[in-house]
Amino acid sequence: MNHQDEKDKVKLFGIRSSPYVLKVIWALRIKGVKYDYIEEDLGNKSDLLLEYNPVHKKVPVLVYQGKPIAESEVILEFIDEAWKHCGDPILPEDPYERAMTRFWARFGSDKLSPPIWKWFTTQGQEQEDAYAAAIEQLLVLEKELCGKRFFAGEKIGFVDLSLGSLAYVIPIYEEITGVKMITEETFPSLTAWMGNFQSSPVVKDHLPPLDKLQLRLFTPAEAAWPV
Amino acid sequence: MAGGDELKLLGMWASPFVLRVQLALSLKGLSYEYVEEDLKNKSELLLKSNPVHNKVPVLLHNGKPICESSIIVQYIDEAFSGTGPSLIPADPYERALARFWAAYVDDKMLAAWNQSSRGKTEEERAEGKKQSAVAVENLEGALRECGKGKPFFGGDSVGYVDVMLGGLLGWVRAAEELQGVKHFDPARTPLLAAWAESFGALDAIRPVMHDVNRLVEFGKMLQARQAAAAAGAGN
Repeated sequence: MNHQDEKDKVKLFGIRSSPYVLKVIWALRIKGVKYDYIEEDLGNKSDLLLEYNPVHKKVPVLVYQGKPIAESEVILEFIDEAWKHCGDPILPEDPYERAMTRFWARFGSDKLSPPIWKWFTTQGQEQEDAYAAAIEQLLVLEKELCGKRFFAGEKIGFVDLSLGSLAYVIPIYEEITGVKMITEETFPSLTAWMGNFQSSPVVKDHLPPLDKLQLRLFTPAEAAWPV
Repeated sequence: MAGGDELKLLGMWASPFVLRVQLALSLKGLSYEYVEEDLKNKSELLLKSNPVHNKVPVLLHNGKPICESSIIVQYIDEAFSGTGPSLIPADPYERALARFWAAYVDDKMLAAWNQSSRGKTEEERAEGKKQSAVAVENLEGALRECGKGKPFFGGDSVGYVDVMLGGLLGWVRAAEELQGVKHFDPARTPLLAAWAESFGALDAIRPVMHDVNRLVEFGKMLQARQAAAAAGAGN
């Protein structure tokens, strides 16, 4: 595959701290795809970004052969299909396994993110209830992972990419609140997974600037759910 | 595929999400057993098959459960790729477009519709109405882009986005009476209005679609219940 040809060029529009952008970067690394990265200023979006993603005006946007694709989960499946014979697979081949993969990828944003965010941003009873709700969902995830190295098995896959930001965000929340959420006794598989994920060759050195992330979380005006 | 594919669908008659699955099964020409759930008294099978969400639809294929309407529809297309028409295109970019717009239907359009009718404050509902208009306009553009002058999002024949949007059509029509709102107004979104007619007229679709009168009755009952709950809460 000749990435020197203009028509085969891959461009990624993003911001370095966004977990949605990072998912795409990790996926491109799994496939060994070279790309040009364009850092956007969300307070002053480029004309190109607005042209490529007029519907949502958000990052990430992947452009391949001049055609834009938006929405991180859609981009991930596209990468898996467009570079099917490169690197490792991101989704499994079997239709039932694919359905399960898509289900667990969505579990993070549907069931886990809301209570975790609530726990981090509220106080008192509301915070306690959110903490309990988050633990309940994390137990479901722990059971699903059940001692596997990654959700996809031996190598990182779609579910790992979708849930990956939890690996670095939760420790930050724990540090800021002074409260532990993922303890090794209750979540042995998830604890191991968080370490495996962050130290894997695909992800290592491609994490957000964590000190900047902490600063962002501290500033209420900018605080936004990073998962 | 091993002989004897057993398909069972756990559903609820008024659910547009369940309908999506029925539309997909009908388009593929697949037979299945339908089980009507009482959502106030969910069956053991439903609770066991969807322990995370406890929701319908759930499709059981030879006993193995698949949940979430978009996941089920994609599963049907992939597991039965040799049966009936393909719902999702073969080309990766076309597939990405289809997935993008299917997600848009739920994440943006349906969310806006829900906010416009069920938002807790006047302000929230007004914002929902505004977002609904934007969402429908974007979908009109999508139909123009994906359909390329043809009647469906899938082109000449029905595809994934058509099914995801099509499941909502009964409620779209019911909304005219229930909320006095016309989501696919031919004056503002002519392509979508024409699409609704074409889609609803298809042989594989017509017999499966919701009975709009029944939905209106059901909707009125829900509205009355909501009003009673709000009045009760105010005491």
